Amino acid sequence: MASTEISKDLPATMPAKSRWRDSDLWWSLKHSPLAIAAGVLLVVLIASAFLAPLLAVQDPYDLAALELWNAELPPIWVEGGQWPYLLGTDIQGRDVFSAILYGSRASIIIGLASVAVSLVVGLTFGLIAGYSGGWVDNILMRVGDILLSIPTILMAILVSAVFRELLPTGLRDAFAPVILIVAISLAAWVQYARTVRALTMVERSKEYVQAARLIKVRPGKIMRKHILPNTLTPILVAATLNFGLAILTEATLSFLGVGMPPTEPSLGTLIRIGNEYLFSGSWWIVVFPAAQLCLLVLSVNVLGDWLRDALNPKLR
Amino acid sequence: MTRTRIFAGALAACLLSTAASAETLRWGANRDIFSLDPYSYGDSFTINVLNNVYEGLVRYNRDLKIEPALATSWETVSDSVWRFKLREGVTFHNGNPFTADDVIASLKRVSDETSPLKGNLPAYKDVTKVDDYTVDIELTGAYPLLLNDLTNIHIFDAEWLVENNAEKPTDVGSNIEGYATHNANGTGPFVLESRQPDARTIFVVNEDWWDEPQHNLTRIEFTPITSAATRVAALLSGEVDFVDDTPVQDLPRLEASPDVKILERTDIRSIMLGMNRQPELVGGGENPLNDLKVRQAMQAAIDLDLLKERVMRGKSRVAGTVVAPEIPGWSEELDAPAAYDAEKAKALLEEAGYPNGFEFSFVCANDRYVNEEQVCQAIASMWARIGLKPKLDIGPRSVQTPKFTSGKTDVYSIGWATEPMLDSYSILLQIMHSKTGTAGVFNWGGWSYPELDALVDQAGNELDREKRLDLQMQALQMVKDEVLMIPLHQQPMAWATGADVEDMPQFADNKPRLWYVRK
Amino acid sequence: MLVFLMKRLFNAAIVMLAVAAMAFMIFRFVGDPVEMMVNEQASQAERDELRERLGLDQGVVTQFGRFVVSATQGDFGISYRNQREVSSLIAERFPSTLELVLVATILSLVIGIPLGVVTAIHRGKWYTEALQFGSIIGVSLPSFVVGIMLILIFSVTLGWAPAFGRGDVVDLGWWSTGLLTHSGRAALILPSLALALFQITLVMRLVRAEMLETMRTDFIKFARARGVPARVVQFRHALRNCLMPVITMTGMQFGNLIAFALITETVFQWPGMGLLFIQAVTFVDIPVMAAYLCIVSFIFVALNTLVDVTYAVVDPRLRHQGH
Repeated sequence: MASTEISKDLPATMPAKSRWRDSDLWWSLKHSPLAIAAGVLLVVLIASAFLAPLLAVQDPYDLAALELWNAELPPIWVEGGQWPYLLGTDIQGRDVFSAILYGSRASIIIGLASVAVSLVVGLTFGLIAGYSGGWVDNILMRVGDILLSIPTILMAILVSAVFRELLPTGLRDAFAPVILIVAISLAAWVQYARTVRALTMVERSKEYVQAARLIKVRPGKIMRKHILPNTLTPILVAATLNFGLAILTEATLSFLGVGMPPTEPSLGTLIRIGNEYLFSGSWWIVVFPAAQLCLLVLSVNVLGDWLRDALNPKLR
Repeated sequence: MTRTRIFAGALAACLLSTAASAETLRWGANRDIFSLDPYSYGDSFTINVLNNVYEGLVRYNRDLKIEPALATSWETVSDSVWRFKLREGVTFHNGNPFTADDVIASLKRVSDETSPLKGNLPAYKDVTKVDDYTVDIELTGAYPLLLNDLTNIHIFDAEWLVENNAEKPTDVGSNIEGYATHNANGTGPFVLESRQPDARTIFVVNEDWWDEPQHNLTRIEFTPITSAATRVAALLSGEVDFVDDTPVQDLPRLEASPDVKILERTDIRSIMLGMNRQPELVGGGENPLNDLKVRQAMQAAIDLDLLKERVMRGKSRVAGTVVAPEIPGWSEELDAPAAYDAEKAKALLEEAGYPNGFEFSFVCANDRYVNEEQVCQAIASMWARIGLKPKLDIGPRSVQTPKFTSGKTDVYSIGWATEPMLDSYSILLQIMHSKTGTAGVFNWGGWSYPELDALVDQAGNELDREKRLDLQMQALQMVKDEVLMIPLHQQPMAWATGADVEDMPQFADNKPRLWYVRK
Repeated sequence: MLVFLMKRLFNAAIVMLAVAAMAFMIFRFVGDPVEMMVNEQASQAERDELRERLGLDQGVVTQFGRFVVSATQGDFGISYRNQREVSSLIAERFPSTLELVLVATILSLVIGIPLGVVTAIHRGKWYTEALQFGSIIGVSLPSFVVGIMLILIFSVTLGWAPAFGRGDVVDLGWWSTGLLTHSGRAALILPSLALALFQITLVMRLVRAEMLETMRTDFIKFARARGVPARVVQFRHALRNCLMPVITMTGMQFGNLIAFALITETVFQWPGMGLLFIQAVTFVDIPVMAAYLCIVSFIFVALNTLVDVTYAVVDPRLRHQGH
């Protein structure tokens, strides 16, 4: 729901295809093999995560599919490894490869959703605050200040812990992703809102907006058609980097035991569970999910980093 | 370049020194004790650790037989009055002599209305002083297991309690921290030197201990290391000498290390599953668990051997009844495990009218028993195979306990070691008996079998051991026939020490008695 | 100036009041404090009596008022789990967290600044690219994975540094320090490195960006044109110019590091406030959670206010901006 609203707005600022080929962005991408590699890797990781039901040899969430006899098989190239368990199995007989695919899907969905939620909230509040000014601006920004006065990781842990405690047990696992999304985006929107507000204040005083106001264009339309597009470049960079951060935060919460439940593990949960087997010789239970998490975040960050440099003329 | 050299130097400088005194025992535990006051929190691990500082009137010896400690002899004056002769010449760590007044103050303290441990001395009525070294303990009636209870009732110094205004157990409610929470003054083999909660607690040897020391320790450093992986790492790198809760999955690796010795046996703690027996399930709707056929189906669906083999790494002991072989009341006949038969389980479910299974909550903790989380997950998956729909709910003990005690679970896991009584009467009274008065405190499923209650009540007043055990066995047979509980296993107990620890006797009750340790 | 100062302090107070409200709500509405405190066998009458004694039967506003008053006096009640005063529990843990964070901060500056300078001066060189890429890896590795890896490599495999705890500490009054003993210093190495890694990359990137920016400004170009040697320009002018932002960032990040330390402390079983907090979370020990929230936020807000005020002293123009 939230994401469609954004994608509707995004193309407006994206250059048309021919312009894209001549653009600085394209030029920069062509000359950055690292960014290309990261992009390809990210596409592969995301695609495989979303195709998890097709690629996985087993549904790791289906209790009845787990076979305890096959517990703790090593990866297939190690002696004792068994087809089709490519990367081995965990203590419950869950296929590690399948669990990683489903776990990545959970991590990516939560990351994307929390970026989307904070974007929508941040853009809306930022535009409203910047455009209307006065007490509305004051209240919104003060709320933002308060949220930012608590370190984000602490806020996220508290929110998850508190919501989990408030929900009846039966609903807790089902709502775990929602809780995580709320916990992660609760403070993240402020950054967008501040950026947009500052830009809006600048744009608002410009002549074309004043003119539009004079001919009684509705404020909502002015904001959407005129102000919003100008704010998108910095927002895009921030959103990419925040996507990586959201995945990290989710993994951290799950690692600390206040995130995704062990019955529907995300990458962080898999690492938390696997960590207990680090010394028992079953290294594959923790190493593969950890590697996947690092690769995922790394590729997002490389792309975000490249995007920031490419869009920042000062650094060229 | 200088910087790199400094850094390399710093790394090299911290090559771990193993030069620590040979008589220091560094204990890496899986959690901290809650308090220095054994009476302020009903927690057996805390009591076990503090037993090195505080002692009871009697104690278990190396063979878990009761032997004199602060009391030298005892006799029954009448059915309900016991007379204890106290040991003379014993002093507390602060130098005060041990007398009858100390016993009276301690028993009053532990059985105070606000004491969380009052249930550990269920038959207590009153205590009176006969002379300085003789006390009479009056009970509510004939009661066979007083001595067993007294092994865990620690004796405080009466003067010390009065001086520090700590005659009553610490009361959390009134925001008063007890003096005894931060300080300890017992008669035991070790003296508290310092304590920083969750970080380190240090004990040193009590040179004036009344007993002939069999240990040669001068110092104990107790450090909680909650993460199992870190605990194992610390043991492997020689940073701790003793770990009392070694993850079973790490045993092969630890066994392969020349620096580590493993001590294993099965615990007397039996792990079992209990079931909600209210008219309705927690999530609403008629409760199928009241149907014996359903309970039998759930039992038949669990492959106990597979659990033992895979989850417990072959280290557990498959159980057919709710008490371990060491516990009086156990018999081989009772202990025959239920056979695993998934087909029969399905058939039973169908007979009972639930061919498509039903949904229910299955609540476990992840910090109580050995691999409890994995055990519960594996069982959930076994039940899913016969069509049941368990909703697994796993969390830390503190979060789950309220659900257990308030009956907000359909199926739950519970372990019972019968401590400190070491008799099957303990489990029959506290778990199987219906909730009445001090009985059935842990009857979380809320069942009531008047016939069973009658047997248990009768046993509680029977002073003849043979007759009493016979009654208890009848009761245990009823528990088995009615599938009141699904027994799973006696869990393994794995201690690990550094290779230089010479003697570390391991006990079935999982209590490290450090006054026997030689290093 | 006084007006600005008052305004800033007032803002900080409002923020702290909001944080206190959050802490109070957690304390009051998550779980039932009475159920957490009594033992299983307690009767209904005992429960009611405790409820009354705790003042939980009074109005919410009264309760909040009392909560704030006692919080400002450092009284956060009694921990459900440890049964000790929360304030003394936290005071006991505070030095170890602060030491860890201080050492990590120093590490991040000592390592981060030179790396930033190198990458700014030697743009385009292969090692600069490698360092740049390394810094992205630095922000991409979850700190718990870093911690686990450090333990696995340096503690278990190589046996160079301890894997847990603080080693021996020396008490200096109410402060306990691990810096004065050999084992204490050894125990600091891995956790402070794990905690510093993220910060190192931040410092490095900031220094690089600021240096590049300054070197493009006119006065540097002017100095170069006057024939001042490159090295002198780089260090005397460019580096000095970027120290202020680095100090600011370090100041503002300090609060964040204290919060982030809770992950490091969990992995390394470092007996600090963060470990206390995480244990409180798993045990739903609400008073400790509420107190930790208030204290860390207070440090955070205090540092931010301090940085703002310092800036205003340095640069008077800022005083007249909006808020």
